[in-house]
Amino acid sequence: MFKISKYVLYDILKNKVVLAYTAFLFIVSLSLFQMEENSSKAVLSLLNIVLIVVPLVSMVFSTIHWYNSYEFIELMLTQPISRKRVLLSEFTGISSSLVTAFLIGVGVPVLIYNFNSTGIALLLIGSMLTLVFTSIAFLASVKSKDKARGIGAALLLWFYFALIYDGLVLSILFAFSDYPMEKITLVLSSLNPIDLGRIYLMLQMDISALMGYTGATYKDFFGSQVGLLYTLGIMLVWMIVPVCFAFRSFNKKDL
Amino acid sequence: MIRIENINKRFKKLQALSGINVQFNKAQVISLIGPNGSGKTTLIKSILGLVKPDNGTIFFNDEPITENVEYKKNIGYMPQIGRYPDNMKIGQLFKMIKNIRDEKELDEELYFRFKLDTLSDKSMKGLSGGTRQKVSAALAFLFNPEVLILDEPTAGLDPLSSEMLKEKILSEKEKGKLILITSHVLSDLEDLTTDVMYMQDGKIVFNKTMTELRLETGEEKLGKAIAWMMKHGLQKKELTYLKIAK
Repeated sequence: MFKISKYVLYDILKNKVVLAYTAFLFIVSLSLFQMEENSSKAVLSLLNIVLIVVPLVSMVFSTIHWYNSYEFIELMLTQPISRKRVLLSEFTGISSSLVTAFLIGVGVPVLIYNFNSTGIALLLIGSMLTLVFTSIAFLASVKSKDKARGIGAALLLWFYFALIYDGLVLSILFAFSDYPMEKITLVLSSLNPIDLGRIYLMLQMDISALMGYTGATYKDFFGSQVGLLYTLGIMLVWMIVPVCFAFRSFNKKDL
Repeated sequence: MIRIENINKRFKKLQALSGINVQFNKAQVISLIGPNGSGKTTLIKSILGLVKPDNGTIFFNDEPITENVEYKKNIGYMPQIGRYPDNMKIGQLFKMIKNIRDEKELDEELYFRFKLDTLSDKSMKGLSGGTRQKVSAALAFLFNPEVLILDEPTAGLDPLSSEMLKEKILSEKEKGKLILITSHVLSDLEDLTTDVMYMQDGKIVFNKTMTELRLETGEEKLGKAIAWMMKHGLQKKELTYLKIAK
């Protein structure tokens, strides 16, 4: 399997987009750290950028790369290589290059300026989000027949997770504002990997005090070991489940 | 070697394969012919696992192909239209396939006869259709497989290359391999075929040996024999309709 991943990686590296992505993250992170005296504030600003950019780039790049590699995939399937192995190799190649790009682009400035539990949490969240959204992108790509539909689906999904979901949660909160909603809000927020990442990171810092009662409830849960395990668990589910559905769909697909 | 049991495949509204039951054995060269859209390529792709039939089973050496992809090691496939990564060079492509397959015994005769070694720095994007076909052909024969499945092998090849390929197919036939060829150019198949399978509308109309075909139709040439079968098959159908009408 690694033989094929090697070719996928090689193809990606030749494609300068990943290098541009690394450079972009690096410049943004560095600038933020330089501009802010308080490195924790910089991490917070960086978090907001990471939570928008990482899912978007992961999804779009994965989708485009899948369709561009279609011929390669067909070629591999005429050889004695299982569909599972081909899909897994593509996934490994794409996700590892995106995670590496993130860890270099954001990791190096974090290492220099703010290497503490918050910084490490940021790198962890960013890497996990990359894997989650690459996984979702694979599902969208395998299910969509052509490139335009696939990219459209990827963009819509990003829009939903990054923006619409929070609006929906807020509307629910507003509609049921007379009832005690803390636990439900907790559950709903944790179903969206982006929100989960945001909550987890913010609770690593001490700004949770500003969030009032809700913040205290969250801190109580997320600040603990259980909270960490819960975050990791949900992220893992989001990473694994879409790829599993993608496998199933790919196994039945006619080429 | 390859046994197909009761395969059906529907693509939305089109019934591409309908109740296909057939067996292919060693040392046979089967010409798979039929009008466009008769299901020839779908059948081939089903054998290769590229298309998943709705029901039925395909066996390779008595093992269902859904068990394990290892059976593909023994099949050399030459697609009708070869699709390769645009930004790969011919040399890189062959190196990659050899690396992935990791087999010691290579048959590079076609690779050198088609002069692909001189083109090893050309990228796949810039190749003409005919050169792509040559790449597909060279890849199909590369690992000396027991079974060769060639979909329109001479389409797009210049006359010289076409002859080279036919010579190669003949030499593989003499080694006792199973070869399945689809082609519209019946004259190409003349010297090679041992059996003819005619498909139409996803069904097998007939599957006979060349000897049987020649005896039945009284024709030596494959094209004329097929034409005879079609004409008389149609006449039979007309008679049946007439009977029903009465």
